[in-house]
Amino acid sequence: MGLGDQLAAHVLLSAAAIALGIVVALPLAIWASRSEKVARISLAFASLVQTIPALALLALFFPILLSLRSVLGEGLPTLGFLPALLALALYALLPILRNAVTAQANLDPGVIEAAHGVGMGFRQRLWLVEAPLSAPYIMAGIRTAAVWTIGAATLATTIGQKSLGDPIFAGLQTQNWALVLAGCIASAGLALLADTILGTIERGFRDRRRSLWLGGLVAVALGIGAALFAQFGSGEDEDAVVIGAKGFSEQYILARLIGQRLEEEGFAVEYRDGLGSAVAHSAAASGEVDIYVDYTGTIWANQMNREDNLPREEMYRQITEWETANTGMHVLGRLGFENAYGLAVTRERARTYGLGSIEDLARVAPQLTVGGDPEFFERPEWIAVRDAYGLRFAARRNFSPTFMYNALRSGEADVIGAYTSDGRIEADNLTILDDPRGAFPNYDAVLLLSPSAGSNEGIIAALEPLIGAIDVGAMREANYSVDREEDKLSFEEAARQLAERAGL
Amino acid sequence: MRGSKGPALAFENVAKSYGETQAVQSVSLQIEPGQFVALVGASGSGKSTLLKTVNRLVDPSAGRVLFEGEDVAGLPLAALRRRIGYVFQSIGLFPHMTVAENIGIGPRLAGQKIDTSRVAELLELVELEAEMARRMPEELSGGQRQRVGVARALAGDPHLLLMDEPFGALDSVTRDALGERVRGLHKEFGLTSVMVTHDMAEALLLADRVLVMDEGQIVADEHPQALVGGGGGEIAQALVAVPRHQAERLAELSR
Ligand SMILES: Nc1ncnc2c1ncn2[C@@H]1O[C@H](COP(=O)(O)OP(=O)(O)OP(=O)(O)O)[C@@H](O)[C@H]1O
Ligand SMILES: [Mg+2]
Repeated sequence: MGLGDQLAAHVLLSAAAIALGIVVALPLAIWASRSEKVARISLAFASLVQTIPALALLALFFPILLSLRSVLGEGLPTLGFLPALLALALYALLPILRNAVTAQANLDPGVIEAAHGVGMGFRQRLWLVEAPLSAPYIMAGIRTAAVWTIGAATLATTIGQKSLGDPIFAGLQTQNWALVLAGCIASAGLALLADTILGTIERGFRDRRRSLWLGGLVAVALGIGAALFAQFGSGEDEDAVVIGAKGFSEQYILARLIGQRLEEEGFAVEYRDGLGSAVAHSAAASGEVDIYVDYTGTIWANQMNREDNLPREEMYRQITEWETANTGMHVLGRLGFENAYGLAVTRERARTYGLGSIEDLARVAPQLTVGGDPEFFERPEWIAVRDAYGLRFAARRNFSPTFMYNALRSGEADVIGAYTSDGRIEADNLTILDDPRGAFPNYDAVLLLSPSAGSNEGIIAALEPLIGAIDVGAMREANYSVDREEDKLSFEEAARQLAERAGL
Repeated sequence: MRGSKGPALAFENVAKSYGETQAVQSVSLQIEPGQFVALVGASGSGKSTLLKTVNRLVDPSAGRVLFEGEDVAGLPLAALRRRIGYVFQSIGLFPHMTVAENIGIGPRLAGQKIDTSRVAELLELVELEAEMARRMPEELSGGQRQRVGVARALAGDPHLLLMDEPFGALDSVTRDALGERVRGLHKEFGLTSVMVTHDMAEALLLADRVLVMDEGQIVADEHPQALVGGGGGEIAQALVAVPRHQAERLAELSR
């Protein structure tokens, strides 16, 4: 896949975030240079922001913007560019602010007194003396901010903003290292380039060489201009249907499957990949995303906060009603397979310990290590299963979904919380332990449409054939085709094969 | 012509305190147009503070300062400062501006551009080559920098020239030469000049009136001849004793 689009989006996002950071940091630095208190508070705040992991900071803006909607109106975007911009700008603040404050504090007092003495007013002092003398230091701060921002902008993928993180996250998901590397090299290259250009501007300011800083500024302007042209010059479709996908292979493939069907019907589509589970649901409810696939058990436990466990049909009926009543979303139907949580062990382990069900596991659990993805142990389903069987493990470890299977193979985990539609279950010869007490709820894959997409006849007509069309075997095969180590398919290819196998 | 009526500068019960510190305590005195006044005293005696009340780099806690009959507190700040040439103890050239730009800053702030020939003229006054105009301050020696500082102070055609230890950082040869040049300019342009200095010898040789400051007060106000003749009281005489002793030693050596 070409990275031009992602590169342009990445450049624009980073540039906008740095610009916003500058616009906030510089007046703050001027204020701080006149007030000790402002300096202390603003620097402490910027440092505090810096201690928040970038990933969390990006995610935090979703609920913040969502709650701001009551004040600023329903049109306020909660995903994509805006939250990414705000989070990254906050991140860019510290180096710029710190350098600007330091530069101001280190100005030669003799020179400042002379500026007063020759009769300069506040603005003249600022523009004729303080700004030019601080410029190289501020530029150094901007340079640091640029390198950080360009790196952190890859994480914007997780909140639905196109960036060079797209190939990185997609590749991590499927262990497609070429894709990960491509994203990393592109973003590192961009960071290096920005560093060089900004460094040239800095040197121009320091040595008072106009040709250097002017040339650097022109280069920056050209880069941003090219990115703008690439992004908007080609006539981006405003009313493209936005298809969301959470951050795992199945979701990427299903999103492509949906997208390909819509494209055949003449819709323009756009993908928001790698969304967090809770983010995806709210995004569709708020209309940021038009269509995505979720799972009954997830909605049941996480959105509806239900702890009981109902029969399949009854649960599905209640979910459909609940969505209509509470979010206005339309549950179009079930795709035909289930992606449940299950506890998986290798076949040898199952034999050694005589494991067939979770009841058997409970007996030997104190000698074993359980692994799961970072979400797993926080989920109500896990708590329900743990309590239903009285599971107590020797140790508990978190892995990304991809590495979880490697951990099982290498013995770093004895049991993992696996997904039943995962292609690696068959490929790795894993056994899913029975759940005789029915502690794990159902996880039927359902197609959710945002309120506006749900009332769009064309979309519904295009997607209706998907209902009930995908069995778990087909899904496992498609998942495996992108997850396996060799001969990987792209998500698009896997989606096409899946469509064929499902007879669409 | 200028300042024909009344003193050029008058202090009326001027005082300045910083918290507990009484930097200046009730100073009253008048300086006539054309006088060259030296302000001498130990470190921390309040010389700089008193000087700065004139162009309001320091606002007095009490009393008032009159410049050509007008209370400086009532004058627009920028205009007041542009009418007064000020030579800084730290020189204070703007490091990012050329010599010419430094010299032209006062007129530029007043909205007038000064041309190359005027810069050359000012440089000549302080005995610098015209081509120095294009240099940056860091490319000058200490003495050359302070000469530029003096040229900058003169660029706005001031009536009053204030100098805060202008030659403090210079070697004695440069210092002597520059002192003489300033004295010459003072005469040539009919300036009123006030120069703060540590060095009693310099004060005695350059000024026609010497003020001695101690703990925020003026403790002596004499002609140089009177001080050399033993006047001005104990504190003043302690300061005069230093160059006198040196002169005596030198005289002994040459015998
Ligand atoms: N901005 C200030 N804040 C607090 N105290 C000050 C300030 N400026 C001066 N002082 C104090 O006022 C007193 C007089 O200071 P001033 O600078 O006028 O002395 P000076 O005679 O010029 O000394 P020097 O010869 O060392 O320059 C000193 O005790 C000094 O510490
Ligand atoms: Mg002083």
